Amino acid sequence: MSKLYNLTKGILKENPIFVIVLGMCPTLATTSSAMNGLGMGLATTFVLFGSNTVISLIARYIPDKVRIPSYIVVIATFVTIVDLVMQAYAQSLYEKLGIFIPLIVVNCIVLGRAEAFANKNGVVDSMLDGIGMGLGFTFALTLLGSVREILGAGSWFDHKFIQGDAILVFILSPGAFIALAYLIAIFNRLKK
Amino acid sequence: MANMESNFKNMTATLLIISLVASAALGLVYQSTKEPIALAQQAKINNAIKAVLPEFDNQPGNEAKTVPVEGGELIFYPATKQGQPVGTAVKTFSNNGFGGRIELMVGFLPDGTINKVAVISHKETPGLGDKMDPKKSNFSLQFEGKNPETFKLKVKKDGGDVDAITASTISSRAYCDAVTRAYNALKEGGKHE
Repeated sequence: MSKLYNLTKGILKENPIFVIVLGMCPTLATTSSAMNGLGMGLATTFVLFGSNTVISLIARYIPDKVRIPSYIVVIATFVTIVDLVMQAYAQSLYEKLGIFIPLIVVNCIVLGRAEAFANKNGVVDSMLDGIGMGLGFTFALTLLGSVREILGAGSWFDHKFIQGDAILVFILSPGAFIALAYLIAIFNRLKK
Repeated sequence: MANMESNFKNMTATLLIISLVASAALGLVYQSTKEPIALAQQAKINNAIKAVLPEFDNQPGNEAKTVPVEGGELIFYPATKQGQPVGTAVKTFSNNGFGGRIELMVGFLPDGTINKVAVISHKETPGLGDKMDPKKSNFSLQFEGKNPETFKLKVKKDGGDVDAITASTISSRAYCDAVTRAYNALKEGGKHE
Protein backbone atom coordinates (compact mmCIF):
# COMPACT_ATOMS: atom_id res chain seq x y z
CA MET A 1 0.00 0.00 0.00
CA SER A 2 1.68 3.17 -1.17
CA LYS A 3 1.28 6.53 0.51
CA LEU A 4 -0.40 7.99 -2.54
CA TYR A 5 -2.91 5.16 -2.60
CA ASN A 6 -3.82 5.78 1.05
CA LEU A 7 -4.52 9.40 0.24
CA THR A 8 -6.50 8.93 -2.95
CA LYS A 9 -8.43 5.74 -2.32
CA GLY A 10 -11.07 7.54 -0.25
CA ILE A 11 -11.89 9.98 -3.01
CA LEU A 12 -13.00 7.52 -5.67
CA LYS A 13 -12.12 3.86 -5.19
CA GLU A 14 -13.32 3.54 -1.59
CA ASN A 15 -15.51 6.64 -1.42
CA PRO A 16 -17.28 6.48 1.96
CA ILE A 17 -20.65 7.51 0.52
CA PHE A 18 -20.82 6.11 -2.99
CA VAL A 19 -18.88 2.87 -2.45
CA ILE A 20 -18.78 1.96 1.26
CA VAL A 21 -22.18 3.63 1.88
CA LEU A 22 -21.44 4.66 5.47
CA GLY A 23 -22.71 7.68 7.40
CA MET A 24 -26.00 8.05 5.55
CA CYS A 25 -27.74 10.06 8.27
CA PRO A 26 -25.79 13.34 7.89
CA THR A 27 -25.48 12.69 4.16
CA LEU A 28 -29.21 12.75 3.61
CA ALA A 29 -30.08 15.34 6.22
CA THR A 30 -27.55 18.12 5.68
CA THR A 31 -27.22 18.25 1.89
CA SER A 32 -30.14 20.55 1.12
CA SER A 33 -27.63 22.98 -0.39
CA ALA A 34 -24.08 22.78 -1.74
CA MET A 35 -22.77 25.06 1.01
CA ASN A 36 -24.23 22.90 3.79
CA GLY A 37 -22.74 19.78 2.21
CA LEU A 38 -19.33 21.41 1.93
CA GLY A 39 -19.42 22.66 5.55
CA MET A 40 -20.47 19.30 6.92
CA GLY A 41 -17.83 17.54 4.82
CA LEU A 42 -15.02 19.80 6.01
CA ALA A 43 -16.07 19.46 9.65
CA THR A 44 -16.02 15.68 9.31
CA THR A 45 -12.67 15.79 7.52
CA PHE A 46 -11.10 17.64 10.43
CA VAL A 47 -12.48 15.11 12.91
CA LEU A 48 -11.33 12.17 10.77
CA PHE A 49 -7.84 13.60 10.41
CA GLY A 50 -7.52 14.34 14.12
CA SER A 51 -8.97 11.08 15.39
CA ASN A 52 -7.01 8.94 12.90
CA THR A 53 -3.77 10.65 13.88
CA VAL A 54 -4.26 10.37 17.64
CA ILE A 55 -5.65 6.84 17.54
CA SER A 56 -2.79 5.51 15.41
CA LEU A 57 -0.37 6.97 17.98
CA ILE A 58 -2.04 5.56 21.10
CA ALA A 59 -3.63 2.34 19.79
CA ARG A 60 -0.61 0.27 20.88
CA TYR A 61 -1.04 1.27 24.52
CA ILE A 62 -4.77 0.72 24.81
CA PRO A 63 -5.96 -2.59 26.28
CA ASP A 64 -8.12 -4.38 23.73
CA LYS A 65 -11.29 -4.52 25.81
CA VAL A 66 -11.56 -0.74 26.28
CA ARG A 67 -10.47 0.31 22.81
CA ILE A 68 -13.96 1.34 21.59
CA PRO A 69 -14.68 3.63 24.60
CA SER A 70 -11.20 5.11 24.25
CA TYR A 71 -11.72 5.84 20.54
CA ILE A 72 -15.10 7.39 21.25
CA VAL A 73 -13.57 9.77 23.84
CA VAL A 74 -10.89 10.82 21.34
CA ILE A 75 -13.47 11.34 18.58
CA ALA A 76 -15.88 13.21 20.88
CA THR A 77 -13.06 15.56 21.89
CA PHE A 78 -12.37 16.51 18.28
CA VAL A 79 -16.07 16.91 17.54
CA THR A 80 -16.53 19.25 20.50
CA ILE A 81 -13.56 21.32 19.30
CA VAL A 82 -15.18 21.65 15.85
CA ASP A 83 -18.49 22.49 17.51
CA LEU A 84 -17.02 25.31 19.62
CA VAL A 85 -14.84 26.74 16.84
CA MET A 86 -17.74 26.76 14.39
CA GLN A 87 -19.99 28.49 16.92
CA ALA A 88 -17.37 31.17 17.34
CA TYR A 89 -16.35 31.79 13.73
CA ALA A 90 -19.06 30.38 11.44
CA GLN A 91 -22.28 31.01 13.30
CA SER A 92 -24.70 30.93 10.37
CA LEU A 93 -23.35 27.63 9.06
CA TYR A 94 -23.39 26.25 12.59
CA GLU A 95 -27.09 27.05 12.89
CA LYS A 96 -27.93 25.39 9.60
CA LEU A 97 -26.08 22.18 10.42
CA GLY A 98 -27.36 22.27 14.00
CA ILE A 99 -27.58 18.91 15.70
CA PHE A 100 -25.57 17.16 12.96
CA ILE A 101 -22.27 18.62 14.17
CA PRO A 102 -22.42 16.90 17.60
CA LEU A 103 -23.70 13.80 15.79
CA ILE A 104 -20.39 13.41 13.93
CA VAL A 105 -19.36 11.49 17.08
CA VAL A 106 -21.52 8.58 16.03
CA ASN A 107 -20.74 8.85 12.31
CA CYS A 108 -19.83 5.33 11.21
CA ILE A 109 -17.05 6.58 8.93
CA VAL A 110 -15.04 8.08 11.79
CA LEU A 111 -15.19 5.08 14.10
CA GLY A 112 -14.97 2.79 11.06
CA ARG A 113 -11.64 4.28 9.94
CA ALA A 114 -10.30 4.15 13.50
CA GLU A 115 -11.17 0.49 13.87
CA ALA A 116 -10.39 -0.63 10.33
CA PHE A 117 -7.31 1.43 9.55
CA ALA A 118 -5.79 3.72 12.17
CA ASN A 119 -5.21 1.11 14.86
CA LYS A 120 -3.30 -1.17 12.50
CA ASN A 121 -1.24 1.37 10.56
CA GLY A 122 1.43 3.97 11.21
CA VAL A 123 0.74 7.59 11.94
CA VAL A 124 1.60 8.98 8.48
CA ASP A 125 -0.55 6.43 6.68
CA SER A 126 -3.40 7.08 9.10
CA MET A 127 -3.19 10.83 8.57
CA LEU A 128 -3.31 10.38 4.80
CA ASP A 129 -6.17 7.93 5.16
CA GLY A 130 -8.09 10.43 7.31
CA ILE A 131 -7.58 13.28 4.84
CA GLY A 132 -8.43 11.09 1.86
CA MET A 133 -11.58 9.68 3.40
CA GLY A 134 -12.59 13.13 4.60
CA LEU A 135 -12.10 14.63 1.15
CA GLY A 136 -14.08 11.78 -0.37
CA PHE A 137 -16.89 12.46 2.09
CA THR A 138 -16.71 16.21 1.38
CA PHE A 139 -16.72 15.59 -2.37
CA ALA A 140 -19.76 13.32 -2.11
CA LEU A 141 -21.71 15.70 0.15
CA THR A 142 -20.92 18.75 -1.96
CA LEU A 143 -21.91 16.90 -5.14
CA LEU A 144 -25.17 15.68 -3.59
CA GLY A 145 -25.86 19.14 -2.15
CA SER A 146 -25.15 20.75 -5.54
CA VAL A 147 -27.51 18.40 -7.40
CA ARG A 148 -30.27 18.99 -4.86
CA GLU A 149 -29.77 22.76 -4.75
CA ILE A 150 -29.59 23.14 -8.55
CA LEU A 151 -32.68 21.01 -9.18
CA GLY A 152 -34.63 22.02 -6.09
CA ALA A 153 -33.89 25.71 -5.65
CA GLY A 154 -32.45 26.73 -9.02
CA SER A 155 -29.28 28.04 -7.43
CA TRP A 156 -25.72 26.93 -6.69
CA PHE A 157 -23.81 28.08 -3.60
CA ASP A 158 -26.66 30.58 -3.09
CA HIS A 159 -26.27 32.11 -6.57
CA LYS A 160 -29.73 31.97 -8.03
CA PHE A 161 -29.97 31.46 -11.77
CA ILE A 162 -33.69 30.89 -12.30
CA GLN A 163 -36.65 32.95 -11.18
CA GLY A 164 -39.15 31.51 -8.75
CA ASP A 165 -39.39 27.89 -7.68
CA ALA A 166 -37.70 24.84 -9.14
CA ILE A 167 -38.41 21.13 -8.49
CA LEU A 168 -39.05 21.54 -4.78
CA VAL A 169 -39.07 17.86 -3.91
CA PHE A 170 -35.27 17.79 -4.23
CA ILE A 171 -34.90 20.12 -1.26
CA LEU A 172 -37.22 17.93 0.83
CA SER A 173 -36.31 14.55 2.31
CA PRO A 174 -37.60 12.33 -0.55
CA GLY A 175 -35.38 14.28 -2.93
CA ALA A 176 -32.34 13.35 -0.84
CA PHE A 177 -33.01 9.64 -1.35
CA ILE A 178 -33.77 10.04 -5.06
CA ALA A 179 -30.66 12.14 -5.76
CA LEU A 180 -28.38 9.88 -3.68
CA ALA A 181 -29.68 6.75 -5.42
CA TYR A 182 -29.02 8.18 -8.88
CA LEU A 183 -25.54 9.37 -7.89
CA ILE A 184 -24.64 5.92 -6.52
CA ALA A 185 -25.96 4.30 -9.70
CA ILE A 186 -23.91 6.64 -11.91
CA PHE A 187 -20.85 6.08 -9.71
CA ASN A 188 -21.14 2.30 -9.98
CA ARG A 189 -21.55 2.47 -13.74
CA LEU A 190 -18.43 4.65 -14.07
CA LYS A 191 -16.39 2.34 -11.86
CA LYS A 192 -16.87 -0.67 -14.15
CA MET B 1 -2.51 -4.53 17.91
CA ALA B 2 -2.94 -3.81 21.57
CA ASN B 3 0.01 -4.97 23.59
CA MET B 4 -1.31 -4.21 27.04
CA GLU B 5 -3.17 -6.90 28.87
CA SER B 6 -6.87 -6.19 29.45
CA ASN B 7 -6.85 -6.38 33.23
CA PHE B 8 -8.79 -4.07 35.55
CA LYS B 9 -5.84 -1.86 36.47
CA ASN B 10 -4.68 -1.28 32.90
CA MET B 11 -8.15 -0.54 31.60
CA THR B 12 -8.97 1.93 34.37
CA ALA B 13 -5.65 3.70 34.03
CA THR B 14 -5.96 3.98 30.23
CA LEU B 15 -9.47 5.40 30.31
CA LEU B 16 -8.54 7.78 33.11
CA ILE B 17 -5.52 9.16 31.25
CA ILE B 18 -7.41 9.54 27.97
CA SER B 19 -10.32 11.31 29.67
CA LEU B 20 -7.95 13.63 31.56
CA VAL B 21 -6.07 14.63 28.42
CA ALA B 22 -9.31 15.08 26.50
CA SER B 23 -10.87 17.28 29.17
CA ALA B 24 -7.73 19.40 29.43
CA ALA B 25 -7.76 19.96 25.67
CA LEU B 26 -11.45 20.85 25.73
CA GLY B 27 -10.96 23.22 28.62
CA LEU B 28 -8.35 25.10 26.61
CA VAL B 29 -10.51 25.32 23.50
CA TYR B 30 -13.53 26.37 25.56
CA GLN B 31 -11.54 29.16 27.21
CA SER B 32 -10.25 30.53 23.93
CA THR B 33 -13.57 30.37 22.06
CA LYS B 34 -15.75 31.67 24.88
CA GLU B 35 -15.34 35.31 23.96
CA PRO B 36 -15.72 34.94 20.17
CA ILE B 37 -18.90 32.90 20.72
CA ALA B 38 -20.41 35.57 22.96
CA LEU B 39 -19.43 38.26 20.43
CA ALA B 40 -20.88 36.30 17.52
CA GLN B 41 -24.18 35.86 19.33
CA GLN B 42 -24.30 39.53 20.24
CA ALA B 43 -23.60 40.49 16.63
CA LYS B 44 -26.36 38.20 15.45
CA ILE B 45 -28.94 39.84 17.72
CA ASN B 46 -27.71 43.31 16.79
CA ASN B 47 -28.00 42.51 13.08
CA ALA B 48 -31.54 41.24 13.55
CA ILE B 49 -32.46 44.42 15.43
CA LYS B 50 -30.78 46.61 12.82
CA ALA B 51 -32.83 44.94 10.11
CA VAL B 52 -36.16 45.92 11.65
CA LEU B 53 -35.56 49.34 13.26
CA PRO B 54 -34.45 52.78 12.07
CA GLU B 55 -30.90 53.82 12.90
CA PHE B 56 -29.95 53.72 16.59
CA ASP B 57 -26.75 54.24 18.57
CA ASN B 58 -27.21 52.31 21.81
CA GLN B 59 -26.62 48.61 22.50
CA PRO B 60 -30.18 47.19 22.64
CA GLY B 61 -28.78 43.75 23.40
CA ASN B 62 -27.55 45.00 26.79
CA GLU B 63 -30.87 46.59 27.75
CA ALA B 64 -33.01 43.63 26.74
CA LYS B 65 -36.05 42.83 28.84
CA THR B 66 -37.49 39.33 28.92
CA VAL B 67 -41.23 38.92 29.37
CA PRO B 68 -42.56 35.42 30.01
CA VAL B 69 -45.82 34.67 28.20
CA GLU B 70 -47.87 31.53 27.67
CA GLY B 71 -45.83 29.02 25.65
CA GLY B 72 -42.52 30.84 25.77
CA GLU B 73 -41.02 34.27 26.28
CA LEU B 74 -40.73 37.54 24.43
CA ILE B 75 -37.62 39.69 24.47
CA PHE B 76 -37.83 43.47 24.17
CA TYR B 77 -34.88 45.43 22.78
CA PRO B 78 -35.37 49.16 23.28
CA ALA B 79 -33.40 51.26 20.78
CA THR B 80 -32.46 54.91 21.23
CA LYS B 81 -30.57 57.50 19.23
CA GLN B 82 -28.85 60.26 21.23
CA GLY B 83 -31.07 59.34 24.16
CA GLN B 84 -34.31 59.60 22.21
CA PRO B 85 -36.29 56.35 21.75
CA VAL B 86 -36.51 55.36 18.10
CA GLY B 87 -38.43 52.14 18.58
CA THR B 88 -38.50 48.71 20.14
CA ALA B 89 -37.55 45.43 18.54
CA VAL B 90 -39.51 42.49 19.91
CA LYS B 91 -38.34 38.92 19.50
CA THR B 92 -41.54 36.97 19.26
CA PHE B 93 -42.72 33.48 18.33
CA SER B 94 -45.67 31.34 17.35
CA ASN B 95 -46.06 27.63 17.95
CA ASN B 96 -48.77 27.31 15.29
CA GLY B 97 -46.56 27.13 12.20
CA PHE B 98 -47.06 24.31 9.71
CA GLY B 99 -43.68 22.88 10.70
CA GLY B 100 -43.72 23.96 14.36
CA ARG B 101 -42.21 27.01 15.98
CA ILE B 102 -41.61 30.26 14.11
CA GLU B 103 -39.46 33.05 15.55
CA LEU B 104 -39.71 36.61 14.30
CA MET B 105 -38.13 39.94 15.14
CA VAL B 106 -40.69 42.73 14.88
CA GLY B 107 -39.62 46.37 14.95
CA PHE B 108 -42.16 48.83 16.37
CA LEU B 109 -41.84 52.60 16.16
CA PRO B 110 -42.58 54.51 19.39
CA ASP B 111 -46.24 55.05 18.36
CA GLY B 112 -46.81 51.30 17.87
CA THR B 113 -46.52 51.30 14.08
CA ILE B 114 -44.75 48.26 12.63
CA ASN B 115 -41.50 49.34 11.00
CA LYS B 116 -40.23 46.03 9.62
CA VAL B 117 -40.46 42.33 10.37
CA ALA B 118 -37.65 39.80 9.98
CA VAL B 119 -37.73 36.03 10.29
CA ILE B 120 -35.22 34.58 12.76
CA SER B 121 -36.03 30.92 12.34
CA HIS B 122 -38.77 28.72 10.92
CA LYS B 123 -39.34 25.18 9.70
CA GLU B 124 -42.02 25.86 7.08
CA THR B 125 -42.21 23.99 3.78
CA PRO B 126 -39.68 25.23 1.21
CA GLY B 127 -41.48 26.94 -1.66
CA LEU B 128 -44.71 27.46 0.28
CA GLY B 129 -44.56 28.65 3.88
CA ASP B 130 -40.95 29.81 3.62
CA LYS B 131 -42.17 32.74 1.51
CA MET B 132 -42.58 34.55 4.83
CA ASP B 133 -38.87 35.28 4.47
CA PRO B 134 -38.53 38.73 2.85
CA LYS B 135 -35.85 37.28 0.55
CA LYS B 136 -38.34 34.82 -0.97
CA SER B 137 -41.49 36.93 -1.45
CA ASN B 138 -42.93 40.29 -0.46
CA PHE B 139 -45.53 38.82 1.93
CA SER B 140 -43.86 40.45 4.93
CA LEU B 141 -43.69 43.87 3.26
CA GLN B 142 -47.43 44.43 3.67
CA PHE B 143 -46.90 44.82 7.43
CA GLU B 144 -44.50 47.74 7.07
CA GLY B 145 -45.87 51.06 8.19
CA LYS B 146 -49.12 49.55 9.45
CA ASN B 147 -50.45 50.21 12.94
CA PRO B 148 -52.13 47.13 14.44
CA GLU B 149 -54.63 49.55 16.01
CA THR B 150 -56.24 50.04 12.59
CA PHE B 151 -54.71 47.15 10.60
CA LYS B 152 -56.38 43.87 11.53
CA LEU B 153 -53.61 41.30 12.03
CA LYS B 154 -55.52 38.37 10.58
CA VAL B 155 -55.58 36.77 7.15
CA LYS B 156 -58.45 37.86 4.92
CA LYS B 157 -60.06 34.44 5.19
CA ASP B 158 -60.47 35.06 8.94
CA GLY B 159 -61.83 38.58 8.47
CA GLY B 160 -58.55 40.47 8.76
CA ASP B 161 -56.50 42.69 6.45
CA VAL B 162 -53.53 40.43 5.70
CA ASP B 163 -53.05 38.90 2.25
CA ALA B 164 -52.06 35.31 3.02
CA ILE B 165 -49.31 33.48 1.15
CA THR B 166 -50.97 31.39 -1.58
CA ALA B 167 -51.44 27.79 -0.39
CA SER B 168 -49.91 28.61 3.01
CA THR B 169 -52.76 29.90 5.12
CA ILE B 170 -51.46 28.10 8.21
CA SER B 171 -48.01 29.67 7.94
CA SER B 172 -49.58 33.08 7.31
CA ARG B 173 -51.85 32.67 10.34
CA ALA B 174 -48.89 31.74 12.53
CA TYR B 175 -46.99 34.78 11.27
CA CYS B 176 -49.90 37.05 12.20
CA ASP B 177 -50.18 35.26 15.54
CA ALA B 178 -46.53 36.02 16.33
CA VAL B 179 -46.82 39.70 15.33
CA THR B 180 -50.04 40.06 17.34
CA ARG B 181 -48.38 38.53 20.39
CA ALA B 182 -45.52 41.03 20.13
CA TYR B 183 -47.89 43.97 19.71
CA ASN B 184 -50.13 43.00 22.64
CA ALA B 185 -47.16 42.55 24.94
CA LEU B 186 -45.70 45.87 23.82
CA LYS B 187 -48.99 47.62 24.53
CA GLU B 188 -49.23 46.07 28.00
CA GLY B 189 -45.60 46.83 28.72
CA GLY B 190 -46.23 50.46 27.77
CA LYS B 191 -49.08 50.71 30.27
CA HIS B 192 -47.03 49.40 33.17
CA GLU B 193 -44.14 51.74 32.71
